[in-house]
Amino acid sequence: MTTPGTRIRLTGCAKTFADGTRALEPLDLEVNAGETLVFLGPSGCGKTTTLRLIAGLEMPDACGRILFDDEDVTALPIEKRNVGMVFQSYALFPNMSVAGNIAYGLKIRRVPEAERRRRVAEMLEMMRITELADRSIDQLSGGQRQRVALARALAVEPRVLLLDEPLTALDAKLREDLRLEIDRLLRRLGITAIYVTHDQAEAMALGDRIVVMSKGKVAQIGRPRDIYLKPADRFVADFIGNINRLSGMVRNGLLELPGGTLPWDSPDGPLQAALRPESLRIAEDGLPGLTGTVISAFFLGDRQRLLVEGVAPEPLIVDAPNRIEISAGDTVRLTFDADALIPLSH
Amino acid sequence: MNRPFLFAAQLGLTLLVAAFLVIPVLMSMLAGVTVNFFQGISSGLTLRWVWRVLDLYADTLALSLGLALACLACTLVLGVPAAYALAKRPSRLTRLIEEMLVVPVAVPGLATALALLIAYGGFREFRTSAAFILVGHVLFTLPFMIRAVLAVLSSIDLKTLEEGARSLGASFPHRFFGVILPNCRSGILAGSLMVVTLSIGEFNLTWMLHTPLTKTLPVGLADSYASMRLEIGSAYTLIFFILILPLLMAMQALSRPRRRKET
Amino acid sequence: MSDMRENTLLALLLAPALLVFVAFFLLPIGRLALAAGSGPDGIMAYAAILTDARYRESLIATVLLSAGVTLATLALCAVCGLFLERNRFPGRAVLIGIMTLPLSFPGVVVGFLVIMLAGRQGLIGDLTQALTGSKLVFAYSMAGLFIGYLYFSIPRVILTVMASAEKLDRRLEEAARSLGASTFAVTRDVILPGLLPALLSSGAICFATSMGAFGTAFTLATNIDVLPMVIYTEFTLHANIAMAAALSLILGLITWAVLALARTAAGSSVAAAG
Repeated sequence: MTTPGTRIRLTGCAKTFADGTRALEPLDLEVNAGETLVFLGPSGCGKTTTLRLIAGLEMPDACGRILFDDEDVTALPIEKRNVGMVFQSYALFPNMSVAGNIAYGLKIRRVPEAERRRRVAEMLEMMRITELADRSIDQLSGGQRQRVALARALAVEPRVLLLDEPLTALDAKLREDLRLEIDRLLRRLGITAIYVTHDQAEAMALGDRIVVMSKGKVAQIGRPRDIYLKPADRFVADFIGNINRLSGMVRNGLLELPGGTLPWDSPDGPLQAALRPESLRIAEDGLPGLTGTVISAFFLGDRQRLLVEGVAPEPLIVDAPNRIEISAGDTVRLTFDADALIPLSH
Repeated sequence: MNRPFLFAAQLGLTLLVAAFLVIPVLMSMLAGVTVNFFQGISSGLTLRWVWRVLDLYADTLALSLGLALACLACTLVLGVPAAYALAKRPSRLTRLIEEMLVVPVAVPGLATALALLIAYGGFREFRTSAAFILVGHVLFTLPFMIRAVLAVLSSIDLKTLEEGARSLGASFPHRFFGVILPNCRSGILAGSLMVVTLSIGEFNLTWMLHTPLTKTLPVGLADSYASMRLEIGSAYTLIFFILILPLLMAMQALSRPRRRKET
Repeated sequence: MSDMRENTLLALLLAPALLVFVAFFLLPIGRLALAAGSGPDGIMAYAAILTDARYRESLIATVLLSAGVTLATLALCAVCGLFLERNRFPGRAVLIGIMTLPLSFPGVVVGFLVIMLAGRQGLIGDLTQALTGSKLVFAYSMAGLFIGYLYFSIPRVILTVMASAEKLDRRLEEAARSLGASTFAVTRDVILPGLLPALLSSGAICFATSMGAFGTAFTLATNIDVLPMVIYTEFTLHANIAMAAALSLILGLITWAVLALARTAAGSSVAAAG
């Protein structure tokens, strides 16, 4: 079963609600066929609104247009768009069994009984829930429910799969398992998928590209790697992962910070930059380093997270290897590489 | 104050209240099958009074049952779509409409009946038909249907459920009959039981609206209390209880598991 | 579907119910209001409830009766409802069943049950006869009416109290106990305030229902001067349609206002029945 991916284009899509709130500023966006595009942002940033525009649950303001391949679907309601949608709260029909839920879209499309059964069996197998076929919805766990919801959405061979925070209601371990499964599924099916989440780890893992949104606008679009390593602005840098701010002065080949100096190869002048916790290292003895005091140390298993003050104007978050014995009150010497710095425009 | 004493005192009062509620019911049921209530049980048991009542008042039974079913049909057709519309758009306007639709329950039946008589009493055909009583019953029971269905609809995530159905291609009729109605079954059932029970027992409105040819069960009851011997009134009441108790018990059974689930 | 289309659809779904409401309630009530002002006294018919001694007294009697019934019902139901909700013992389900079963018994039947209890051939009469030699009969008076209204009020109020008691946060009581509060103090300071919204709303239903009840009085005796009976006799015996209309409008206004007030106070939905 292969669903050829659909290319989606949005042009000038804005959304103003009846009460006058502007949920989305005019947006132009292209989603490549077969791509998984993740919308990431805090609540109220417009990511869900964008998804609902693509779904056909909301209509864009006057000038906006939405195209699936070359077909203009702007005026089509969701019933007519042939999209698959997975909801945070599952939206499974409690009055139907698991199989009944999966068959529902096929029934609406008047798919003949035999074909319908075959298709439901196929979906059940794909989601590895064949044994749940006759269960009622309230007998299922959250993870099972979301599997059923996925099967139901995919059964109708939609042109695009829309996932609205599908894992948010699940607990951490289950979230990770299902995330892996969704990832495998999307790659195998080659379907165009749009995924909305506020969880950056989920976005990184699943997205071919990520759209970071803030206050109804796109803050950055790019591959997960680019978004993490080259955030466009402070908001993106802050929202994705932890970030430390550095402000110091370069003078005569040395970077001067409150904790000391590091050899620095750049023209003289003030330096404003950001730095990820994992880019900071404990300096080897005898090599240059910046001295600071550990305020707190949390052992996290795979690493330990330190909060160090005195090195930079603000305390720094440092991810240190798990084997070094460090506790609050210790003095440490830190260093970092120039290419790990993230320049910040503002 | 010690606990066992407190428990006993509360239990005592509860038992007393229960006795107050159940004893007259049992007495009236018994009186309906006693040869002579004044002499007591010793006079023997008989079904004579019950047959007498069926003889005298069979038409009121038939009319009441017919009215109750017609009333149920009307409240279903009017109330369920209305409840859906009210649940779909919770706004100040729908809130106001809901409040308005409930007013006929807040106003005494006597007032509503007078109003109906003054407004429509002149239409002889209508006035003398059972439809006149039906109108009163529908006015009075509709809020109960709307409330019961609305309660269930507001407790489920109607919006997401419908969006789920829409994403799968379901048009409004598909959604309404395939998803919404089946999921508010419990509310419809509770509302239906309530409507039928209330319609069968309605007196305040019906007494004013009825004509000698359109007597319902409670009207007949009042009539028998006033003009027949106690045993016949009792036997009639017994028949009423036999009719209405299963409905009330079904209502209790229906509300019990739902309450347990909520906790 | 666009918002416009959906709004049209929802309006269409609401329309039949609204139509019935307007045609058979709003319009007739409007006619009733007009009829009330078209009698010999004109608009003054509305004032008669206060100026005419007979109407005024019946209004006072009805209010007093309803208030008394409400207070008694609330007191009984608060105790029994809490007790039934808090304790588990064999027979509890049966007791609850018995106490909620008379819900929506019509007033006429309740009247008859009062006769069974306190009428000329009633249980209380027989018992007092055996015990004291004189027969106690009070069914055909205000006292009988009181018993009858109590009868149909208890099931409804007890249901509300139990539902509300179930939702009380037990940790509040435990906190009060941990601070040294006695059973009495916990009841007064924690439980009753927690039940207050339920008591208010069910009390309002109880009061409004008692104000407008007609069937019970009708069965017991036609000469008990509660307001609904007065309206009935004005309409049927004296053919004083204007006065009956005015009185019933005022009565409707009172019951509606009491319910609306309690609803605002309790913040929950309340409706009378019966």
